Amino acid sequence: MQPLVTALQNEHPEWFSEVIEAFGETTFVVPRDQLVDACSFLKTSPEAHFDFLADICGADRGVEEEPRFEVNYHLFSTTKYHRIRLKVLLNEEDAHVPSVTGVWRTANWHERETFDLFGVIFDGHPDLRRILLPDDWQGHALRKDFPLRGYEPYSLK
Amino acid sequence: MSSATLPPQFEVVDRPLDTQMTISMGPQHPSTHGVLRLELVLDGEMVVKATPDIGYLHTGMEKLFEYKKYQQGIVITDRMDYLNPLGNNLAYVMAGEKLLGLEIPERAQTIRVLMCELQRIASHLVWLGTHALDIGAMTVFFYCFREREKILNMIEAASGGRLTPSYFRIGGLMMDLPAGFENRCKQFLNDFLRAVDEFHKLLSGNKIFQRRTQGIGLISAESAIDWGLSGPCLRGSGVNLDIRRANPYSGYENYDFEVPTEPDGDVWARYMVRMREMKESHKIAVQALGRLKPGPVKADAPKVVLPDREAMKSHMDALIHHFLIVAEGFDVPAGEVYLPIESSKGELGVYMKSDGGPKPSRVHFRGPSFVNLSALPVMSEGEMVADIVAIIGSLDIVLGEIDR
Repeated sequence: MQPLVTALQNEHPEWFSEVIEAFGETTFVVPRDQLVDACSFLKTSPEAHFDFLADICGADRGVEEEPRFEVNYHLFSTTKYHRIRLKVLLNEEDAHVPSVTGVWRTANWHERETFDLFGVIFDGHPDLRRILLPDDWQGHALRKDFPLRGYEPYSLK
Repeated sequence: MSSATLPPQFEVVDRPLDTQMTISMGPQHPSTHGVLRLELVLDGEMVVKATPDIGYLHTGMEKLFEYKKYQQGIVITDRMDYLNPLGNNLAYVMAGEKLLGLEIPERAQTIRVLMCELQRIASHLVWLGTHALDIGAMTVFFYCFREREKILNMIEAASGGRLTPSYFRIGGLMMDLPAGFENRCKQFLNDFLRAVDEFHKLLSGNKIFQRRTQGIGLISAESAIDWGLSGPCLRGSGVNLDIRRANPYSGYENYDFEVPTEPDGDVWARYMVRMREMKESHKIAVQALGRLKPGPVKADAPKVVLPDREAMKSHMDALIHHFLIVAEGFDVPAGEVYLPIESSKGELGVYMKSDGGPKPSRVHFRGPSFVNLSALPVMSEGEMVADIVAIIGSLDIVLGEIDR
């Protein structure tokens, strides 16, 4: 894994500038505008060959934090068996990130889920609707300022 | 990316309206295995467009994790994939152990492997019974549930729960196996291969079953990887990928087993993969049973792992630790991990993020059923409406895990 990380950093310092190594996992913090280019490159490059998008999940770092949201992309290679995490940091006012459905089709439902629960907008997504909660739900349930309990039963309007 | 690269189900179907009909299948349809709703656009009996609609069972489990201590989260995981609860327990506790950097004793690891493989067999038995039932073969169901009952009884003996065992804890197991468990397990494993042959006799040679499954619900290997399929669904398309081999955990690298694959990518291929997988799980369980040696089942971490009952009654410090763990929980160092395991349905990944403190800041489950279901339109478009039932059965989805 280490030679690959060094090679990626040397080849594309603009994409993979910040590297976090912790708990035996490698995380690249990728700038938002470069995400799709970086993902296409990681998928097609023969050394990396991350052809399998395992997961996308959002996280709320806290109401006071700036940038508040992060979106994590967990990539896996079905031939080399290595894993990597890409992280995109987003401000609350501008929670937009380009969609990677054009790179991996499986991103579709993961991005819908992240949109549903965090309100992160995936630009270029073909069908960005809520997926787990009802279409007319107010708010985004996994944000830290969304209450755990409600006091009224939900009813479809 | 241009819209030309988009998958076909997003294209507007351009046919005269009078030949098409939209019907809603589910959420109360018995063969959708829970509360799945499909919006089907039909042309005669052919499915032109299938759109899964999920969320009917959403209970906000990922939100709940953030309000519970780490050890309280284990019981929530039981309720996600309720056919494979021990697998969920394992993924969750291993993510916690990775953050804490705990070393798990060998006996605990072996018991985890043994129990997980038994659970995998139990999960596949439910799949087999219901899949055959959907297609019209009722008898298999009873034979499957007879075998599954024996496994659930063993899980109950070990943990006290049949469907919600919560047997694995961060740092080891809840408690050691009960007396007589090994003999019971040995007896079950001795008889089980004969039961698998029985299933084959009931189903595999059945011409109706073959005609209903062969060449139905096709998905190619490239497409399967692109759609993120994992587990038996991916191996049914000829991709040799098993997380137990690719990123081994719990000592799976020391077990001798094969990863069954079938090249065809249809419902029959996925059926054969699971049937062969049950025999491989049996093989692993036999090896694990042979390797059980006496030893501790909890890690040496008194601030994280609850002490034994006896120690608590006789040692002051054990009592203090017990009180502190129960009342305040244990602090987990800040950081984030993603931990994938091979559950009975595919790659079950847990993303766990800690800010320090006794409660996680974010827990996310990458459910294999969730991702496998998202590929349903690719497999079902162009098939007959009756085949949808066979295709859903072959995906082996559990809505508890999809909706979380």
